[in-house]
Amino acid sequence: MKKIRVIISLVFFLSIIILYLDLSFSLQQEYSVYPLFLQFIPSFLKFISIGTIAGIGFIIVMLLTFLFGRAYCSSICPLGTFQDIATYLRMKKKRIKFLYREEHKKTRYGFLAAAVILFIFGISFGLNILDPYSNFGRIISNLLRPATIGINNSIAFALESINIYSIYPLEFKGINIAGFIFSFLFLGLILWMSIKHGRLYCNSVCPVGTLLGFISKYSLFTIKISDINCSGCGACGKVCKSSCIDTEDEIIDYSRCVLCFNCFTVCPSSGLEYKFRYSRDMKTVIEPVNINKRNFLIQSAVWFTGGSLALKAQEKILVYKENKIPETREYAVSPPGSLSIENFTDHCTACHLCVAACPTQVLQPSFLEYGLLGILQPRMDYIKSFCNYDCTACTDVCPSGAILPQNGETKKLIQLGKASFIKDNCIVYSQGTDCGACAEHCPTKAVRMVLDPQVNKNAPLIDEEICVGCGACEFACPTIPYKAIYVKSNPVHLAAKLPKQEALEQPDPEEEFPF
Amino acid sequence: MRRREFFKKSIQAGVAAGAYLKYGDKLNLFANPKTAPEEIYDLVAVKGGEPETMFDLGINSLGGIKNFVKPNQTVVVKPNIGWDTSPERAANTNPKLVNRIVKQCFDAGAKDVYVFDHTCDNWTKCYSNSGIEKAAKDAGAKVVPGHTESYYHKVDVKQGERLKDAKVHELILESDVFINVPVLKSHGGAGVTISMKNLMGIVWDRGFWHRNDLHQCIADYATLKQPDLNIVDAYLVMKRNGPRGVSKDDVVTMKSQIISTDIVAADAAAAKLFGREPENVDYIKYAHNMNVGTMDLSSLKINRIML
Repeated sequence: MKKIRVIISLVFFLSIIILYLDLSFSLQQEYSVYPLFLQFIPSFLKFISIGTIAGIGFIIVMLLTFLFGRAYCSSICPLGTFQDIATYLRMKKKRIKFLYREEHKKTRYGFLAAAVILFIFGISFGLNILDPYSNFGRIISNLLRPATIGINNSIAFALESINIYSIYPLEFKGINIAGFIFSFLFLGLILWMSIKHGRLYCNSVCPVGTLLGFISKYSLFTIKISDINCSGCGACGKVCKSSCIDTEDEIIDYSRCVLCFNCFTVCPSSGLEYKFRYSRDMKTVIEPVNINKRNFLIQSAVWFTGGSLALKAQEKILVYKENKIPETREYAVSPPGSLSIENFTDHCTACHLCVAACPTQVLQPSFLEYGLLGILQPRMDYIKSFCNYDCTACTDVCPSGAILPQNGETKKLIQLGKASFIKDNCIVYSQGTDCGACAEHCPTKAVRMVLDPQVNKNAPLIDEEICVGCGACEFACPTIPYKAIYVKSNPVHLAAKLPKQEALEQPDPEEEFPF
Repeated sequence: MRRREFFKKSIQAGVAAGAYLKYGDKLNLFANPKTAPEEIYDLVAVKGGEPETMFDLGINSLGGIKNFVKPNQTVVVKPNIGWDTSPERAANTNPKLVNRIVKQCFDAGAKDVYVFDHTCDNWTKCYSNSGIEKAAKDAGAKVVPGHTESYYHKVDVKQGERLKDAKVHELILESDVFINVPVLKSHGGAGVTISMKNLMGIVWDRGFWHRNDLHQCIADYATLKQPDLNIVDAYLVMKRNGPRGVSKDDVVTMKSQIISTDIVAADAAAAKLFGREPENVDYIKYAHNMNVGTMDLSSLKINRIML
């Protein structure tokens, strides 16, 4: 049983890592759906967002849990596997004993209730911060991917010195501070928890773990301690990462058992069985109902929610810069296919797969641009890069429905924002020389260079109707420290018109050279 | 260590290339009497054929590629690969032309032929969607990235008025022969982009050029590193909305090509082909005045080939 669990978990774990680390950008768009379909929170949000079978992964997980117990936590969830690996390596170095501990009931249901209540109020912050898949994604995207790029680039530079250019260095737009710090702290926390206390995160913090734990109390198949075969040696309890086997009373807390089957491998007497719950020789946890607990749940949820709502109230931020003419950015720009900032922030779990999949790296984890509660949800960063007109990578990989799938044609009709011009910052007016970098990069010619008779130079002219808000003009604009042209976000995406033009008259092929 | 090495090498290469430019034609006349042209032209203009045919004819009338590429030399071919668009949009150099140039270089005995550009759109997409990566590799070239600053090394521009230094791609500094293969097209900032403007794709910080009088910087840079050969692709020409263009509707079929060792002359002739007078394109005028080359086409021996 353990072998099967280990194999399945490694398949999910490694395929997700490969998706995030794919430096060639060739796998993500096509294959991301397979390992991500069953990731609970993204799937749940996708279901709410689009309501089709593409989002029923979480229902399948719940059914699986009802049938078999929390198999999700030990085989599908990448963070679970990551913790198991950390624990395994630690055990190899020095064996530690996990002993039965009481359930942290208040904590775990408190976190779950808080996340759910926040979500009901339209704030997905709680889910994002706690979701195990997204936390794992953030660790890979913000820590391991930069490291991989670093290694790749060192190899590339070494080869380049002997004139081999087949491995090329990847452009790296710098470490994202918010993403790095959060992921780093979370990595420290999860390592400490898993090394010291096994599956403490899963059984006291993780909302998915708590919900599935609740279901798995009633699962049809469970691990049982056999009355006949068990010798009462207590070996199983010492290897249980979930600390859920009470060997004295011979009781297993199914809400915390993650079906790792480690106990099976150490039992000397076949004293453990995995079988149908309602066959006889059964011992279950008898659960006393505690009124105080319930009160605590309500209180903690109200507190958490209230605080978060207060934070949400101040989320509209203005970026003022101490410049002659600063850009006024009222809202962040959300990625194409996200429909609106509201839809995006409601459904995005900040797993950063789109960040890893974006070939131009214009998608960057946000800091406060969406407000405090939108922290780490990716935004379009036009200072760093711009959105490729023909690319749909982020829309293809998003597992949570925050970015809906687009094809090449529908994406070209989405207007993320509109180019906005600050005349006095522009080279043509401030220097009196030609520039045109903005118009050069514009894929639709929403920004054109048109003769301004006042300065007798070609100056940018914007046609908002055909602007898609890709940020190419803003990225290319060479003025410093602030831009002369930039994208003003549409908080709700609008439809852009396709550029229309007539074909040119073809020249006479017989015409002589004009010199 | 490394940097010093290739500066040394590039100076050597520069001297060697200069010598070839000055005496190469004559040396070649004696060496290959059969392939030698009857006249020595400053510029060749070809019209009416496919890009590869026009190149074959054009380069032959300049004494063949052997005049420019010697056995065992390394060659860098610099097309325009700036944009993530397909070949029929003509925002990038024609891939068939690049393929033929690379082939000819190898036929002349080149040791290595490198192809790169510092692109504007995402470089991997530009390389593949332009068709140039495949075309160049098919001919045996090494297609090299140009998207990270580490490839670029600082060079002083002593004669520059506004541009005093630039970081230049190491392949330009290291290679024995530099072949510039721009595509003729309209340009929002520079009016029209040809050979000299194409050199913005071998430097790192283009923003500086845009901020500090684009035309002057283009001319300034041309005082520094002269390509050994300029081959202007005017087979498909983007007449408006350049340099990226919006659709195929921006493009006309001109089936032309201009080849010259004089970068200013090549640009002057191509500008005329485009419908612009060279003296009305500031960077051509500036470069002419700085004696980079001549825009006075009447002073040149031009071979006009109509197919």
